[in-house]
Amino acid sequence: MKKFWLSLWTKALLFALCLAPFLRLLWRIYRGDLTANPIEFITHTTGDWTIRFLMITLAITPLRAVLNQPQLIRFRRMLGLFAFFYACSHFATWFWLDKSFDVHEMWDDIVKRRFITVGMAGLLLMAPLAVTSTAGWVRRLGFRRWQLLHRLIYFTALAGVIHYYWLVKSDIRPPLRYAAVLAVLMLLRLAVMVKKKAANSARKPVPANI
Amino acid sequence: MVIRTQTPDLRYSDVTPKGVYLNRRRFLATALAAPLIAPGLARATNKLTGISKSPFSTTEQATALDAVTSYNNFYEFGTGKDEPVVKAKNFRTSPWEVSLEGEVMKPKTLDLDALMKLAPLEERIFRHRCVEGWSFVIPWVGFPLSALLKQVEPTSKAKYVAFQSYYDPKQMLSSREAHIQFPYVEGLRIDEAMHPLATLSIGVYGETLPPQNGAPFRLTLPWKYGFKSIKSIVKIRFVEKQPPTTWNLEWGEAYGFYANVNPGVDHPTHSQATEVRLGEGRFGSKIRTQIFNGYNQVAGLYTLLDLKKNY
Repeated sequence: MKKFWLSLWTKALLFALCLAPFLRLLWRIYRGDLTANPIEFITHTTGDWTIRFLMITLAITPLRAVLNQPQLIRFRRMLGLFAFFYACSHFATWFWLDKSFDVHEMWDDIVKRRFITVGMAGLLLMAPLAVTSTAGWVRRLGFRRWQLLHRLIYFTALAGVIHYYWLVKSDIRPPLRYAAVLAVLMLLRLAVMVKKKAANSARKPVPANI
Repeated sequence: MVIRTQTPDLRYSDVTPKGVYLNRRRFLATALAAPLIAPGLARATNKLTGISKSPFSTTEQATALDAVTSYNNFYEFGTGKDEPVVKAKNFRTSPWEVSLEGEVMKPKTLDLDALMKLAPLEERIFRHRCVEGWSFVIPWVGFPLSALLKQVEPTSKAKYVAFQSYYDPKQMLSSREAHIQFPYVEGLRIDEAMHPLATLSIGVYGETLPPQNGAPFRLTLPWKYGFKSIKSIVKIRFVEKQPPTTWNLEWGEAYGFYANVNPGVDHPTHSQATEVRLGEGRFGSKIRTQIFNGYNQVAGLYTLLDLKKNY
């Protein structure tokens, strides 16, 4: 199993899988196969994949512990970057097709509509994470500080769920489903952290090597 | 001798791109399946005849039939706009009765045949503006709503008209699944309901309405947001007080009783200043929304009303 996770092919395959929804969307745009309301369809598709990738990214840490597959960490950066990629295409769809690059109108919406305010906040919080996702930046910041910075993704995920919840017309089940997934992922994290702490304190009596 | 050099009537094939007027594949499938389908069930639409042209019609290009019949808000048959076309397929619309009651001299129950004979059919090509920010241009077939309402002789106490949609939990979603209360109800002030633009539509594109568009008949109120144009009506009640309306009960800040198209009053989640006219170009075209959806002949109904407060 370890060999499978570490194979370059596995990573390449996963990359292709992550890109597939985007390629499918491009294909549908090319074919003109976009339902009666193309802008709405593209906006919803890119938005759906953003929140999905946020959840998948957040699932890596607990999955490593639960499945006892620590090698999964290899994929976390790529998955997070895909979440950012879909978020950017979601934003671009809105700014381009919906707002026609009208900055004034865009700003109006950001200030006036709370679901857009929170969505923009989520996107902006992701930008520093994407920039500092490289090994070089981990070194430059030091692992502790880097880790602290990257905890911003919790707020992005929460912003994504609230963004979705505030925009739906009547059926709040889909955003609530993501809220539930997020809650489970956070609880799993907490459980893993508590377990680690317990293990650490159990080791404490052993005197440190000076 | 008069030699006619051209046919006077504009055909649908003239205003709609060839191939989209009728989705050929769907047409063939329907034609092949027709003998297998029990009468009354999944009835294909029927051609309507004797239709005259209404002067109220717009000259804008009509949206393709395929879009009009596959992109619908009809929560009884699903909250997704692609759902009603599938889930309403077997909707039973015959036999059908509508009852007119309340503050009237002659309460009445009419069946579909009687309703169809009330007035000559007109084609009314109207702009259709959804509160969600998109719009269609739809060639409806119907007649003035007033032709129906006058049948029962409303009394002076009849200040409002309340409409109710058919609801059958066996064929439709539950209120819990759809997240709005059923049966769907709507209402108009009586002068709005009697306005010549208020239309009772029984068909679209020269055929009877398909179920997902509100068969067997529905309102078409082109100066109001689409949700006011209640579908599949079974009850019409004349009342003294303003009746409750479904979307207003659900979210009052977003959906007012009047719901006149108004670029100056925002929806909580979006501006209403512009709309996307679907079916134009690859992504639809963004156009400015007009007050009363461009139907200024209704302005007189609202001279005493603050439209910002009574949205």
